[in-house]
Amino acid sequence: MTTTPPTEHAIAAAGLHKAYGDKKVLDGIDITVPTGTIFSLLGPNGAGKTTAVKILSTLISADAGSGTIRIGGHDIATHPQAVRAAIGVTGQFSAVDGLITGEENMLLMADLHHLSKAEGKRTAAELLERFDLTDAATKPAQTYSGGMKRRLDIAMTLVGNPGIIFLDEPTTGLDPRARHNMWGIIRELVSDGTTVFLTTQYLEEADELADRIAVLNDGKIAAEGTADELKRLIPGGHVRLRFTDPVAYQSATSTVREATRDDDSLTLQIPSDGSQRELRSILDWLDSAGIEADELTVHTPDLDDVFFALTGSTDVPNQRQENVR
Amino acid sequence: MSSISLAVRDSHTMLRRNLLHARRYPSLTLNLLFTPIMLLLLFVYVFGEAFSTGLGGGADRSDYIAYVVPGILLMTIGSTVVGTAVSICNDMTEGIIARFRTMSIHRGSVLIGHVVGSVLQSIMSIALVGAIGVAIGFRSTDASPAEWLAAFGLLVLFTTALTWIAVGMGLSSPNAEAAGNSAMPLVLLPMISSAFVPVDAMPGWFQPIAEYQPFSPAIETLRGLLLGTEIGNNGWITLAWVIALSALGYRWSKSLFNRDPK
Repeated sequence: MTTTPPTEHAIAAAGLHKAYGDKKVLDGIDITVPTGTIFSLLGPNGAGKTTAVKILSTLISADAGSGTIRIGGHDIATHPQAVRAAIGVTGQFSAVDGLITGEENMLLMADLHHLSKAEGKRTAAELLERFDLTDAATKPAQTYSGGMKRRLDIAMTLVGNPGIIFLDEPTTGLDPRARHNMWGIIRELVSDGTTVFLTTQYLEEADELADRIAVLNDGKIAAEGTADELKRLIPGGHVRLRFTDPVAYQSATSTVREATRDDDSLTLQIPSDGSQRELRSILDWLDSAGIEADELTVHTPDLDDVFFALTGSTDVPNQRQENVR
Repeated sequence: MSSISLAVRDSHTMLRRNLLHARRYPSLTLNLLFTPIMLLLLFVYVFGEAFSTGLGGGADRSDYIAYVVPGILLMTIGSTVVGTAVSICNDMTEGIIARFRTMSIHRGSVLIGHVVGSVLQSIMSIALVGAIGVAIGFRSTDASPAEWLAAFGLLVLFTTALTWIAVGMGLSSPNAEAAGNSAMPLVLLPMISSAFVPVDAMPGWFQPIAEYQPFSPAIETLRGLLLGTEIGNNGWITLAWVIALSALGYRWSKSLFNRDPK
């Protein structure tokens, strides 16, 4: 029902500032998202992702001193209602009414978008069907699983056909299958020409979905570009050797001098581009030196490395292991 | 769409949402009705004989029923709006409110829906408590249709005023318990009004407080309309209270709602 006027940039924000007391949550970030693309704001918990979404979606105001924010061509400060008519928001915490049924939630959205009764019913039924919620339509939304709530949430966001959609951590807390379903849904959205602004703390997710990624850390954009551009920012991959016997580990460390040591986990990292030839030469050399690791993994650079390099974090979250190949 | 018709349409949608909640989960409203009904039965059947002497002129229990029912009706409003404060506070913690704020809808409709829904619930509660009053022997003596209409209008206006105050209390409270506590004065004020005993029977220093707080003039006006007692300037005092509390509650609620959410 609502259409975004044709503009080059669906979202254009300059110098976003937001502080709560002494704490600077956003410290002058610029965001530009071309129409019809997926933009991902990637960052750890507390980086300011949700605050950015709240400001861009008119929920809270940016601090004085921020630059102009234009969403769908409308200035957010002077025409907030025009911005609201152009956007759809799915927040981090499900924005569904748990006390009423899924269908009633959908009809509520249809009424608020001023659809006629017949049109509202049709739209609700279509979207419930599309998001595989038809069977659960007459049950209260609070009885839904996490994945179902997110699907209902997005279905509600789509009722007004918004041209720009904000998804704040849409897959946090979902199991792997539900997460992959959600990715499919997001890809489908952009194929219709919708612009998607996505926040995530999962590097893999940004890599999978986003046309452009901005890494947000401590209220500042640490880097921005395509996934490949970001990966090029950091040095290449490595081969990781893991030992279970401390004695074997000690003898290996004295032989392999260029390796990075991790004494706690008994692992060595040897720089490598991951090519077959280089891998073979490393193996040959290990054999000749009589070093036998209990596990060998090849690690190519991924967004995790970018992320840790940029954010200076030394914590290794669980998901890093998943990406080690 | 003009802004007025937008406001009406969106408020109507929000009202339906709130009535749906009330219909699905009636326990909160029904629990709140427990207090005025228990007090009605307690004061009539346990204390009625003793309290009726306070009315003077050889009054008995049936006179006391006539005296106490108008007070209980207004007390019902005070109890019901506690539910409003709690439910609006709960509602604000829901993600769906954030969604409403990012939609191109009439901004006040969220609150207006709550207020109208709450007023309708209060009217139903009053009708229920009134029916119990009639069942135990309350009768209007000589009220004309115009006086019945005025009585109804008084109850609706008084409810609206207290509801806006309760909305502000709900919005300013961090959680449901705090909302319930901050609305408690609305239940307790009738206790220190002319609801149960005449103001004359209270200590002299306390009489002005009891006489001019919002409940006493409203109770006296309702008694006058239904029972033909002297209203005096209580009608005007009530009207002034209703306008002042409505305006205050409305402005307070509006500014709280327009604040940036956490």
